[in-house]
Amino acid sequence: MNACPERIVHFMHEYLDGEISREHELELKSHLQSCEACQVHMHELSDVVAFVKGAAHIEAPNDFNHSVIARLPKEKSHAGVSKWLRRHPILAAAAMFLLLMSSALFTNFNDEQQFSFTKQENVVVEGETVIIPEGQVVKGDLVVRNGNVQIDGELDGNLTIINGSAYMASTANITGTSEEINEAFDWLWYKIKGGAKEVVSFFEKDEKK
Amino acid sequence: MDALVNKRIKQVLKGDKDAFAEIVDLYQHRLFQVCFRMLGNRHEAEDIAQEAFVRAFINIHTFDQKRKFSTWLYRIATNLCIDRIRKKKPDYYLDAEVRGTEGLDMYSQIAASDELPEEELMKLELQERIQYEISRLPDKYRSAIVLKYMEELSLQEISEILDLPLGTVKTRIHRGREALRKQLSRQPQIF
Repeated sequence: MNACPERIVHFMHEYLDGEISREHELELKSHLQSCEACQVHMHELSDVVAFVKGAAHIEAPNDFNHSVIARLPKEKSHAGVSKWLRRHPILAAAAMFLLLMSSALFTNFNDEQQFSFTKQENVVVEGETVIIPEGQVVKGDLVVRNGNVQIDGELDGNLTIINGSAYMASTANITGTSEEINEAFDWLWYKIKGGAKEVVSFFEKDEKK
Repeated sequence: MDALVNKRIKQVLKGDKDAFAEIVDLYQHRLFQVCFRMLGNRHEAEDIAQEAFVRAFINIHTFDQKRKFSTWLYRIATNLCIDRIRKKKPDYYLDAEVRGTEGLDMYSQIAASDELPEEELMKLELQERIQYEISRLPDKYRSAIVLKYMEELSLQEISEILDLPLGTVKTRIHRGREALRKQLSRQPQIF
């Protein structure tokens, strides 16, 4: 058998795999007719295949299915959330962003519950009311948080009231704009406007340079 | 079949465990059989086949539904079997003397459990003999032979399951057949 070319054994395996070409098959057959050792080899290999194929089908035990289901991990409610987060990473990021943004904004709005106002000369404070007395002129802007404003004199600037209202006397005079902010959304708008104004003024400054 | 399985997989992805039970029903015998042929022990085969289904359930979101589910499942199971076989291999020194014996080292112990004497072999029934011969194959050849002749899968499928090139799968099957031929010819013929 040592004299036989190695490819003959290779052809035997090709034959057993059912992948032998026509030429190889012809060469194998003619070789087997002349070589007893290779005939035996081929026969033994065919026996091996028959032997292994003779294995009986094995079935899983009866309770197999139940045992598998019993072994499955219990799904907790937060597992559902984490699954959702895993599947929608962009939505999750957007939701996170909105959550953080809004919480920062609302805490800002609620934190500033205390009465405060811009310090200006000639201004009188009574309780939570800022009064510009008659005949007096206040130069500059006035911002009042959580309080009211009573203007009997003159304000040479803008007036902004957050969570409060303004009482104007007939003698009152405001040279700038006047606005009252009472709701969270107004507050948001005011913040955005402030930001935009800053940006605009920044550019204006640039242009002036 | 594949359409049905993919439908069940979608239900499982939505958290439906009953749909997974149906998948287990479809594949349990095939998977148990591979594990039994690889491990040669019903108890271990049951454990590993169950573990394979559990892993499939946990990782089902990673399964690509354009592929064949059985291939993916077989792959999980054969990997688990090969891991188990490797863990069972002794990690102690083979030439260390076995305690309580004189002059007996692990070589003689392994040889004793690996190859049955002729008279013992004669007592085995055909099915026991088949399993015995399969279990003596190196695990590389064993997985290829089991998938080819006991699960009757195509060479292409086996190559996907074992994650090996087609040529390597063929070589392993050829060598497996040669190894079995030698095992059988050295011992009394059963035909």
